[in-house]
Amino acid sequence: MHAGTGIPALAVRDVHKRYGAHEVLKGISLTAQKGDVVSIIGSSGSGKSTFLRCINFLEIPDQGAFQVNGEDVKFRIGHDGKCHPASWRQIERLRTGLGMVFQSFNLWPHMTIVENVIEAPVHVLGVDRKVAVEKAHGLLTKVGLYDKRDAYPAFLSGGQQQRASIARALCMDPSVMLFDEPTSALDPELVSEVLKVIRSLAEEGRTMLLVTHEMKFARDVSTRVLFLHQGQVEEDGPPDQVFGAPMSSRCKEFVGAGSH
Amino acid sequence: MDFSWVASYADLLVRGAAITFLLLSISVSVGFALAILLAVAQVGAFFPLRWLSRGYCTFFRGTPLLIQLWLFYYGLGSYLPFIPGLRASFLWPILREGFFFAALALTLNFAAYQGEILRGAMASVPKGELEAARAFGMSPGKILRRIWLPRAIRIALPTFAGEVVLQLKATPIVFSVTVMDLYGAAYKIRQDTLLVYEPLILVTVFYVGLTFAITQVFQKLEKSVPSRR
Repeated sequence: MHAGTGIPALAVRDVHKRYGAHEVLKGISLTAQKGDVVSIIGSSGSGKSTFLRCINFLEIPDQGAFQVNGEDVKFRIGHDGKCHPASWRQIERLRTGLGMVFQSFNLWPHMTIVENVIEAPVHVLGVDRKVAVEKAHGLLTKVGLYDKRDAYPAFLSGGQQQRASIARALCMDPSVMLFDEPTSALDPELVSEVLKVIRSLAEEGRTMLLVTHEMKFARDVSTRVLFLHQGQVEEDGPPDQVFGAPMSSRCKEFVGAGSH
Repeated sequence: MDFSWVASYADLLVRGAAITFLLLSISVSVGFALAILLAVAQVGAFFPLRWLSRGYCTFFRGTPLLIQLWLFYYGLGSYLPFIPGLRASFLWPILREGFFFAALALTLNFAAYQGEILRGAMASVPKGELEAARAFGMSPGKILRRIWLPRAIRIALPTFAGEVVLQLKATPIVFSVTVMDLYGAAYKIRQDTLLVYEPLILVTVFYVGLTFAITQVFQKLEKSVPSRR
């Protein structure tokens, strides 16, 4: 899994992002090989969600270099001196390969669960509807929601909605899955059912980036952990190192506080 | 109560009801299509269109419908014959009738109100839902067609139901530009028979019935996407 050879699934260099005078990201780099499960931890405001959102350009970084499956993302410098995507077409195409799972699920409430899952494959990738439905059924079975396929999102629990949104992301056959605090909006008793699904994906060898507050889970499933502090990578290494013997004192403090 | 006149005026009444229904259907359907354009222009990033749309909505919501109708009928209507070739064209039989100006005024007025409502509904669609659409690689146009508008229309649906009913009740105004709608029919019957109440009662029943039908249709539409409240 740590092959390190071949083209990385994701290579991000020196990402900067500021809101007004406040610099949220101060140069973050990350390379994920195929099969890597990278957890990104850190306190609120450390920039970890912003970093994840920069990767599929829901936030436009001010500066940085991005490579998805070996393809460079093209930027141009705008009049404001910041970088802008040179081609939104390219961004849209790359996004189809980056499966995003949001903290607040963001299912489309006017569609049933199965319609949610097939929406992007059918209308963005142009997959035949029948084929997509078949695939969606398989994925919904996998996340334990086959019997809810014709329900509307409002009738599902938070845990069910999040599992559905994972199925929705999987249906695009993404090369990288991006999880933005997938369990933070859930009631405590619903967290484990979602983590179980994420764990199964990790075990399949899917490439994943996971922003999370679930320390124990991150330690269990990750191949690598990034600890962010004030917009910088403070600690970066295998989970045993980051959680067991961190070099940074801030990281020591944080994982110490988080795991008890 | 004397309803003995109904049989002899049945033709007039039916025709009047049809005209009322036709004016309502045209103004609601065409007005709604225009409203979508107005709303999209107002949430869009292209500011000349945004200002144009905002100006339109302000003007048509800020003036009485009666005055709009008369401006079209007496103002625009008296200019049309001077447009070269128009009187000879196949359009003239439509353009010379009061019905055309009535439909025009009702449509443009309805569009202004619905455009404003739809704009509000579009703004109230949770950002995360649109973000999810972007995250899956949808283009802005696709997001609009597949997620943003369908969601906004559903949010606005209960308000639309009320607006269509209001629109129905705005239609009698067209009688002032010679259109023989249902109210016009009742007016004529009252003139002919010297009966004060009965013709009004009959058309009242029709308006109430149509209102009931409208609310039923919208209830069905609202139920087509179940939601938990």
